[in-house]
Amino acid sequence: MTVEITQQSADADAGLAITQEETAAAIETPFRRFVSEFLESRLALGALFTLGAIILAAIFAPFITPQDPYDLAQVDILDGRLPPGSEAFTEYTMWLGSDGAGRDLYSAILYGLRISLAVGITSGIIAIAIGMSVGLSAAYIGGRFETFVMRIVDLQLSFPAALVALMLVALLGKGIDKIILALVVAQWAYYARTVRGSALVERSKEYVEAAASLGLSHARIMFRHILPNCLAPLIVVGTIQTAHAIALEATLSFLGVGLPQTEPSLGVLIANGFEYMLSGKYWISVFPGIALLITIVSINLVGDQLRDVLNPRLKR
Amino acid sequence: MSVAEDTLEKTSSQRDGSAVPTLVVENLKTHFFTRAGAVKAVDDVSFSVKAGEILGLAGESGSGKSITGFSVLGLIDPPGRIVSGAIRFNGEDLVTASPERLQDLRGNRIAMIFQDPMMTLNPVLRVDTQMIEAIQAHRKMDRKAARQRAYDALEMVGIPSPGERLNAYPHQLSGGMRQRVAIAIAFLNEPDLIIADEPTTALDVTIQAQILHEAQALCRRTGTAMIWITHDLAVVAGLADRIAVMYAGRIVETGQTDEVIDHPLHPYSVGLLGSVPSANKRGDRLNQIPGMTPSLIGLPSGCAFKARCPRADDHCDATPEVIEEMPGREIRCHHPHRQEAGA
Repeated sequence: MTVEITQQSADADAGLAITQEETAAAIETPFRRFVSEFLESRLALGALFTLGAIILAAIFAPFITPQDPYDLAQVDILDGRLPPGSEAFTEYTMWLGSDGAGRDLYSAILYGLRISLAVGITSGIIAIAIGMSVGLSAAYIGGRFETFVMRIVDLQLSFPAALVALMLVALLGKGIDKIILALVVAQWAYYARTVRGSALVERSKEYVEAAASLGLSHARIMFRHILPNCLAPLIVVGTIQTAHAIALEATLSFLGVGLPQTEPSLGVLIANGFEYMLSGKYWISVFPGIALLITIVSINLVGDQLRDVLNPRLKR
Repeated sequence: MSVAEDTLEKTSSQRDGSAVPTLVVENLKTHFFTRAGAVKAVDDVSFSVKAGEILGLAGESGSGKSITGFSVLGLIDPPGRIVSGAIRFNGEDLVTASPERLQDLRGNRIAMIFQDPMMTLNPVLRVDTQMIEAIQAHRKMDRKAARQRAYDALEMVGIPSPGERLNAYPHQLSGGMRQRVAIAIAFLNEPDLIIADEPTTALDVTIQAQILHEAQALCRRTGTAMIWITHDLAVVAGLADRIAVMYAGRIVETGQTDEVIDHPLHPYSVGLLGSVPSANKRGDRLNQIPGMTPSLIGLPSGCAFKARCPRADDHCDATPEVIEEMPGREIRCHHPHRQEAGA
């Protein structure tokens, strides 16, 4: 078995991994079957690869960019609004041009990605944790508690997420922590509804009764027996919602109520370049826009493939 | 053979000494309060099981046999509840016991085996995870020792290469194998009582016979009392020491297995046995009981079986009391098939 695993990890080619899976299939864990099914789609594989590259680029931004766009000592106002490919005063080429303040756009985009991804993923994780606990306990406890909680969820979902987030940011003010809070509030209800839906189905299955007949505690039945069976839809919704969160943060920042100028996310960069659009200096807005687009599309493609693989009704 | 088995056998000899039945159920009434009215799923049921004894609880679908089992475990969900009666387990009343006490007893002193082995194991957890969890829920034991115990239990129920099965997920095991795992889990904590809710219904006949044999042998060896709930009289005939036949929430006949099978007294038992195909009735038309199990909502007064009973008359409008026909032989009927009546 160990031999097989090392062979598989050593082999990057997805097609080969599947044939090995089929021939060796001694102990096929649900996870490994899931991995091999996921890799069947070239498009999803490409999206996953792109997403991985984007995340890596964001994490290692300080090491692969010529300039720290936050360090005012490195930014020269005289470099402002240079077109793509120009030579900067500080002897490096600005392949994507520079913005109004003289920041190298390539560097600014990678640093912006860091913030966008961090905000999106952090708010996603917090929202999942809250929504999951609420949805799970609503399904498990039932009765008035469930009715009460799910009506709050309905109420929240009847407002557009952007509106909820906008109102909250208007109340709370600018700053990363406030944006994350607003995104969590705007999103938790989706997760609560998803988890409650699948937990209701799982709860009525016989293995839950069997677990109860073993004298296991309620918390254990909820989190160890029901929750793992609800993970599939949660992972799918979580992926798609994270893309939404990133887009929503960009929207808020573009509108000027999101992140401050000192912490430029992709949305802030797009907003900064917007005023130059009509004067032909397209690159300041367009390149951050493309970066945002690629990020969101690749997350969505990964999410779509996850949905296809994890949906038992679409099983081939 | 193994450590777990030695301890099991020791406790069994201790248990055999006591004359007090492991479980005594007295006048148990479990009703479900629905909008349409109270459903009397279990209505005035009394029985007892001794250590090492297997009681077959037979009846049609909806006769209340499963609800009787769930009542003992304290797993009746609203709108159902135990209205009255007593369930004495080793002398302790379970009806008045606290939820914590019941949770402590479940899976520890009283275990349950369910009908569908495809459904009772959690599909996303490995077999060892589920077994270790069942042990650690009730006793302090490190993972390694618990795993060894699980290994021994699987060996005990006749699973080949238990080590491999422990690492498997439920979907990798066949139905019979899964039911063996479920039985092993039930025996893990050496319970005093096991309630088996039609555990062989979903299996092939050959596997069914193996499982029956295994369960019977385990009960004899460990001195565990067992309630085997089934709709199949052929199953209980070879397995149980005593049979209780349930109809519409009541036990209509109890007795030693061979007596009930050979000389059923209640017309319902006669009907049930008549509907079982057997070798000496080949070619004959099978008898069937006319009609359907009555709705348990607003059951008419008197004997619940009177509408379908060939012997019913005006007497049957009065609810029949329990008559002790012979020692250990009880029926609820105004017109039993007595020997002299020439049944």
